[in-house]
Amino acid sequence: MNIKTPAKAGTMESNDIYVMVKPNDEGGIVIDLESIVMKQFGKQIEKVILNTLKDLGIDNIYVMAKDRGALDCTIQARIETAVKRGM
Amino acid sequence: MKNILGKDIPEQIQGYKVVKPFQGAFVDLGEIKKKEVSLKNVMPGEEKVLLSIEEALKKCDIKDGMTISFHHHLRNGDYVLNMIIEEIAKRGICDIKIAASSIFPVHAPLVEYMKTKVVTGIYANYISGPVAEAVSKGYLKHPAIMHTHGGRARAIESGDLSIDIAFIAAPTCDTYGNINGVEGKAACGSLGYATSDALYAEKVIAITDNLISYPACPIEISQEYVDYIVEVESIGDPKGIVSGTTKVTKDPVGLKIAKMTSQVIEASGLLKNGFSFQTGAGGTSLAVAAYVKELMKKNEIKGSFAAGGITGYMVEMFEEGLFEGIFDVQCFDLKAIESYKNNKKHQGMSASMYGNPHNKGAVVNNLDVMILGATEIDVDFNVNVTTGSDGMIMGGSGGHSDTAAGAKLAMVVTQLVKGRLPIVVDEVTTVTTPGETIDVVVTERGIAVNPKREDLIEKLQKTNLPIISIQDLKKIAENMTGIPKKIQKHDEIVAIVEYRDGTIIDTVKRVKD
Repeated sequence: MNIKTPAKAGTMESNDIYVMVKPNDEGGIVIDLESIVMKQFGKQIEKVILNTLKDLGIDNIYVMAKDRGALDCTIQARIETAVKRGM
Repeated sequence: MKNILGKDIPEQIQGYKVVKPFQGAFVDLGEIKKKEVSLKNVMPGEEKVLLSIEEALKKCDIKDGMTISFHHHLRNGDYVLNMIIEEIAKRGICDIKIAASSIFPVHAPLVEYMKTKVVTGIYANYISGPVAEAVSKGYLKHPAIMHTHGGRARAIESGDLSIDIAFIAAPTCDTYGNINGVEGKAACGSLGYATSDALYAEKVIAITDNLISYPACPIEISQEYVDYIVEVESIGDPKGIVSGTTKVTKDPVGLKIAKMTSQVIEASGLLKNGFSFQTGAGGTSLAVAAYVKELMKKNEIKGSFAAGGITGYMVEMFEEGLFEGIFDVQCFDLKAIESYKNNKKHQGMSASMYGNPHNKGAVVNNLDVMILGATEIDVDFNVNVTTGSDGMIMGGSGGHSDTAAGAKLAMVVTQLVKGRLPIVVDEVTTVTTPGETIDVVVTERGIAVNPKREDLIEKLQKTNLPIISIQDLKKIAENMTGIPKKIQKHDEIVAIVEYRDGTIIDTVKRVKD
């Protein structure tokens, strides 16, 4: 599944993650991640984003995420919201 | 070799005197000798005021390899350090060691001088900003040496840190070298961190933007220690020197932690007449003060003293009669400066009087309760305030280790998780303050007491405060955040963390890009 239009969710506040999604016409999932805890949790954040997209049935998307130390539950919620806003 | 905390310490470190591993907080106390000071007498009729920094450097015979010192009362508004090092670089001098009590983002020009080897060594109690980053990345030739506030005074007095020229940023100075910090456009109040420098450096130069006629009373640093005086346009930016107002936090989590902290203090039995207290300038620390104030008023308690870097909030408590006096090593805001200037019982103190373990008793020894922060704390209660969890230097002990060692109740007050990083961990990235000197950790999810404080555990168990083990606190944190991946580092040592007695408690390794 693809999304129709660009959308965003979240804020740049500490402990939150700002997510912007847009359709990826070339196909596949592209994640552009920045995080204040990249070294410690970069892999884990990517995994959560991928799993959330998978659960939503999305396989063509571009995700830009600026993480300010969000917990997994926050990341899931922001991704889900952004995707549903873009549907 | 390993120190008592199991940290690997090299037998020898380039550019460092004798390596002494940390053996415990109170092991290296007993009898000591202070260093001898050589100085040049000033004859009647001699002038001390010189026309330029250049002339002063010439008179002091500045040369390669010298150690020059600075104090940090002008904080992020300081112009003096940059001014001096620029002048030194112009003269083609290199291999300079900077002994600054603290280094701030404003001192960013140092990075370039580190690269060009004008500056090859740094001694500081606290480093933040670009210089901290550059040290972490290994730009400095020798490892930086990180002291505590009391430990720096000790190092200077013992001769471990030998200063060739001390530069005193003087908000007011008279023509014969009497200095105070309470007058002038860069007024910063107490000059406590500069005292040892003035007393033990070979040469002392006052840099002032308020040169007045003799005598400049009150005198904080006296003419007997000052060789030369140079007048400059400005020694600092008042906006960077003092914070406008320091405020109690509005964050509900911070307030909850602060309230619990005050309840622990009450339950400890220390909150009675003669109570003494120190806290930082952070929002949560001030909230603790606010709750303590309430309790003191409710129970009609008259405290003895508040100490440390002083904020307007502590001044208010003092003015309301909750404390007999204040010991002030550094004023954090205008209200503190004003009070320091006008109130006899708002007493200045030197860094040595504040926290030096090798004198005849520091003020920290008389502290009942100390409120401390932490970047990380491990299950043995060791605290890191030197490096971030990414291994980069972002601070330093300051008075952390000194007050923790002295206070009857040393409390670490922190959120359990900050920006996804668990604060309670198995092993801290860098040990700044040893766990044996920390009594309690207060977080929003529970309070952990150092098991060696059986007396305190017993008292707290009679309350309904949420007491849990530090291992459980760690588990709660990790359940929220997941386990952070370990940071990879090079083997090269970029900084040495000295405990207040001059032994090595830990080292900082170079970060990988």
